[in-house]
Amino acid sequence: MKAITWRGVNEVGVEDVAEPKILNDHDIILQVGLSVTCGSDLHLLGGYIPAMRAGDVLGHEFMGTVAEVGRGVTKHRVGDRVVVVSFIGCGQCWYCQQGLWSLCDNGNPNPGMTEALWGQSIGGCFGYSHALGGYAGSHAPYIRVPHADNGAFTIPDGVSDERALFASDAAPTGWTGADQAGVQAGDVVAVWGAGGVGQMAARKAMLMGAERVVVIDRFDNRLAQVRTHIGAETLDYEEVDVPAELREMTGGRGPDVCIEAVGMEAHHPGPQYLYDQVKQQMRLQTDRPTAVREAIYACRKGGTVFTLGVFAGVVDKFPLGAVMNKALTLRGAQQHGHRYVPEILDLMSRDEVRTEHLATHVMSLDDGPKGYRMFKEKEDGCVRAVFRPGA
Amino acid sequence: MTSSLGSAASLAARAGGIVVRQVRSAIDPSARPAGGGRTASGWLAVTVNREPADVDTAQLPAPLAEFGDRIEVQVRPAPGGKGAELAARLRDRPSKGTVLSRLNGSDPQADLRSALRRAKQLIEVGEVLAVDPAPHGKRTATPGGALLEAWTKKAPKAGVR
Repeated sequence: MKAITWRGVNEVGVEDVAEPKILNDHDIILQVGLSVTCGSDLHLLGGYIPAMRAGDVLGHEFMGTVAEVGRGVTKHRVGDRVVVVSFIGCGQCWYCQQGLWSLCDNGNPNPGMTEALWGQSIGGCFGYSHALGGYAGSHAPYIRVPHADNGAFTIPDGVSDERALFASDAAPTGWTGADQAGVQAGDVVAVWGAGGVGQMAARKAMLMGAERVVVIDRFDNRLAQVRTHIGAETLDYEEVDVPAELREMTGGRGPDVCIEAVGMEAHHPGPQYLYDQVKQQMRLQTDRPTAVREAIYACRKGGTVFTLGVFAGVVDKFPLGAVMNKALTLRGAQQHGHRYVPEILDLMSRDEVRTEHLATHVMSLDDGPKGYRMFKEKEDGCVRAVFRPGA
Repeated sequence: MTSSLGSAASLAARAGGIVVRQVRSAIDPSARPAGGGRTASGWLAVTVNREPADVDTAQLPAPLAEFGDRIEVQVRPAPGGKGAELAARLRDRPSKGTVLSRLNGSDPQADLRSALRRAKQLIEVGEVLAVDPAPHGKRTATPGGALLEAWTKKAPKAGVR
């Protein structure tokens, strides 16, 4: 079958790969309906997560139809239309049972890599390097889904494929950020990054009762989406001094909750961007934490900063003094989607969460290199490039 | 001036000593202070999300049972209701290897580390999660790819424990 693969740094290919097989009793084989690019894929393409091998199938945000079930699967049958969470959780370990699904003890067959990097291994993720398990990704006609009773969710009738697709990753990641940051009714919440994840974090914060939600980015089309489809306020960081604007909007306090949805390749108009770029390219730091620094600086005393963008390793000039002296709570997570997807699908079925606007460009698998180029370079207002394997 | 020079020399000597100790400890395990990423007792442990009474050391899962008398096994309650701490160590107590050998899964405890992880999965889930064969495209031969492939093969046995 044809699949979109990682061929090397900044090199995407389309090539023939073998069809997946059921390997464990709790697997299903899914016929992929839609599979979408994610900002975190760009870290793989850029070589910032050096655990990809040429030929690895990309993609971790997808939906489709169940084509085959393992003998231990009880919740799904052939023909079910499902959306699948990007992370693989066993459902039986202590972390899964606490709802911390991305931390599953049993989801990553290569735990040695992330133990070396972080001290502990986290769960596995589709199409996201051998450090997170080496699972094949979803930019292909078929994908194997382990622990499918936990990670695959039946899509309600009436919810379109294009909407349900984002219940795989963007929405549950946003839900993880707002929920785990502990947004309270009446809070002012600032979100750095107006991509799919930032928009969904803003939406969840609004649903949790935040009084004002402000999303920060520099791309007009993404900020327009935030205002039109999410209903949050926006700031263009190339036009205004973000911490100053946030202080003014909050009576000098700063936001109660600051959610960073940018990740390790943050951009900034100031000189610190050049500094971070040089250090990252020389491998003196793995990540550019520009937005995290600004979030820490902007956050009110005693507030919470949540790192939702993907980071890999170590950063420089981290403002620990501000964290300590302002009594901030600093948290982070990959998505614990299994606990949020039922709520998200229910809200989608009631039109309270809408995501179709994120799918700005839908194309075939053959257009994989073009789709990633458009997504990376934000060509033609591309917010997300979506692949339809059946096209 | 003399005093300043003396202070600078002293600082330089101390810094040099630290560097030498760090380098020695990286390449020579015997030079590492106690607790340098390994336990003195040789126990490796995983926490299993089951009641301690449900983890029967007389009926160990196959990956651990295969070691027979070559290992000792302990089970104790994990605090805070976190299940049972299942610990094992090799009776012959071999050298624990270097940090590097533990991270690349080539230390003498590598097989036991892997067996503990698989035993935990069997107790909690009932099966060991597989990943191969995973669909993939052409594996271009590169030095980086070869290194990653080698580490991937070792990663199930590697770790900081």
